[in-house]
Amino acid sequence: MEFPSRLSRRSLLAGTAAAAAAAALPRMAFAAPDWKKYAGTHIEVNLVKSPRSETIARNLKEFTDLTGIDVGLEQTPEQQQRQKAVVEFNSGAPSFDVIHLSYHVQKRMFEKGGWLADLRPFLADPALADLSLNDFSSAGLAYATAPDGAVGSLPLSVDYWIIYWNKELFAAKGLKYPTTFEELVAAAEALTDPAAGTYGFVARGMKNANVPVWTSFMLGNGVDPVGPDHSLATTSDGAVAAAKLYQRLLTKAAPPGVTGFNWNECQSAFLQGKIGMWLDGVGFAPPLENPKLSRVVGKVGYGVMPKGPKAQASATFGDGIGVAAASENKEAAFLFCQWAVSRTVQADLLQSGSGVPFRTSILEDADVRKGVTLPADWIDAVSGSAKISKLGLPVIVPVTEFRDIFGIALTNIAGGADAAAELAKATEQFKPILDKSEA
Amino acid sequence: MTAVDAGTGQRVRARRPNAVAPTLRTYLPFILPAVLVVGAVIVFPWAFTGWVSLHDWQATGAGGFIGLDNYVRLFGDARFGEAVWHTLVYTVLSVVLPLVLGLAAALVFNERFPLRGLARGIVIMPMMATPVAIALVWTMMFHPQLGVLNYLLSLVGIPPSLWVFDQATVIPSLVLVETWQWTPLVMLIVLGGLSALPAEPYESAQIDGASWLQQFRYLTLPMISPFLMVAVIIRSIDAVKSFDIIYAITQGGPGTASETINIYLYTQAFSFYDIGYGSAVAVVFFAIVVAMSLALLWLRQRAKLAAS
Repeated sequence: MEFPSRLSRRSLLAGTAAAAAAAALPRMAFAAPDWKKYAGTHIEVNLVKSPRSETIARNLKEFTDLTGIDVGLEQTPEQQQRQKAVVEFNSGAPSFDVIHLSYHVQKRMFEKGGWLADLRPFLADPALADLSLNDFSSAGLAYATAPDGAVGSLPLSVDYWIIYWNKELFAAKGLKYPTTFEELVAAAEALTDPAAGTYGFVARGMKNANVPVWTSFMLGNGVDPVGPDHSLATTSDGAVAAAKLYQRLLTKAAPPGVTGFNWNECQSAFLQGKIGMWLDGVGFAPPLENPKLSRVVGKVGYGVMPKGPKAQASATFGDGIGVAAASENKEAAFLFCQWAVSRTVQADLLQSGSGVPFRTSILEDADVRKGVTLPADWIDAVSGSAKISKLGLPVIVPVTEFRDIFGIALTNIAGGADAAAELAKATEQFKPILDKSEA
Repeated sequence: MTAVDAGTGQRVRARRPNAVAPTLRTYLPFILPAVLVVGAVIVFPWAFTGWVSLHDWQATGAGGFIGLDNYVRLFGDARFGEAVWHTLVYTVLSVVLPLVLGLAAALVFNERFPLRGLARGIVIMPMMATPVAIALVWTMMFHPQLGVLNYLLSLVGIPPSLWVFDQATVIPSLVLVETWQWTPLVMLIVLGGLSALPAEPYESAQIDGASWLQQFRYLTLPMISPFLMVAVIIRSIDAVKSFDIIYAITQGGPGTASETINIYLYTQAFSFYDIGYGSAVAVVFFAIVVAMSLALLWLRQRAKLAAS
């Protein structure tokens, strides 16, 4: 099986066009794999505790029945899982055979450490593989592929950033869902009425968590924060315009205290029905439509990111599942990864609102879509975002430092500091870190 | 076998004529397990941390030896300086407020009144709660729009606060949580001191016509000062190391407004995986805690001498 030897960041654009193109590629003909070949083997699986991992856990019996492989499944909270992975990979003898990874945080580090097994030999083995990589969106494939062409993981779930909007508040003001950044600002400000406790817009203000909000606006200004040659575009006109937009929305149209908000505070505020728009990942729909938790059931619109001055883009994140290079049960571990991206698990992922598959055939399957319990608007926002998908964060080793340093700058900007000066200061601070990591 | 000491007149146990004089060899089997445990769990980790701090040690493995470069970088790091300042402010407030309130509570609970035992039990409950659970509850209470604290303020006509969601109010708000949780500890320590005070000096003072305030100022306070010093030492060491409450509520934010040395250390070592630099922060932090503890122990000795 051939894989692109190098996928540039610009080719990461996912979406229907790309997906359709990918789907049109010839599929490899595989014989049915021998699922029982490694029956009796024991593997350890480490997943980030999340709705995605819960989906895998509740379907696990199917894998055991199918393969006879005994699985020790551990679900670790996100921050702890990231530390555990680094410590155990560094030890040379990780306790797990299969690892769940966040692409925008862990992929580049895992590649540099040589910690993941190259899955190409397994994918090329008809006795093991029953999977066409062409079925994954190009963003997913690019995420999974290292610069040298090695496939370190299988793409598990994609997260597009969309806008949740309160239809009732919009109707009360006679407003329509915005299609451009200008309309977004106008609507947010028109909806804001502090005396009534109503605010037009909310998004993450807490440092680190707030960076994808800024990069979402930056992508609309036609700028990627880090270029393919690792040059920083964080002081460009587009980056400054995005920071000013962030500042304006958070100071003129967001609830007081928003600089300390992470996604959970944003969600709590939106659930109360007093927020016009909330920009965040696509996975927050289930609580909004849950009558026990939400005051906005049936009133939520799910909108694709409006068009910016230069482009329309939905910031995209994702996670995958791979095999530890040090594992002694790589084949059995590969079978687990293959099953985790199978139709059963991925359909459940979508239908339960736990995540969005990277696999086009699942997203386009009419039977699968029929089983989705969330509103049709949500599915439309997912497929609409797929068409304009762009990476939300740069794929670099020091991505946490990037989020931390620029996150502090954004908090200061939201507090009234000069956007250009703060970004210049943060860029000066971050550049040596990036240069050192990629040296 | 006993004899009478000629100097003191006390009965002392006489050494048997054939007893072997204790040597290091005699003691070794007894002290060796403790030495090994202390070496393994205290000395080795610290020595290793010091060694790592002299290396450029990143997530993907150990780098080269860089001498004192991490320490040079540390003392030029403005963010570390801010973290030291935040730690200082946080520690001072988190010691002084529980000390004052704990002393007041102890004076109240030292008096006899109906249901005193029940009330004392209720007051010490915050101390027994899990810090992360406390942090989550307070995070909800602090929410500017949905939290109960702003609702309570509105009932008495006070404008809402942004609490931990604003750079100016975040440290005092965190200190509020710390004070709520640890005032009972100070109260218990001081209550122990109050219950051991002799009655005679107070009877004499009352005969001499001393007021309650004078009795407190010239009798109670000097006599319980060793207990107050114990409370100060325990609270200071605890507050300077505080991590769970701050991390769970603000993660050092907004921005870096509540980033203490501990939070900064964690960020460097476990978020940025800059293990060498994080170790240098840990070594400097350890030195600060040791210096502070020695200073407080010296003050305690002085307080003991003054009280005796």
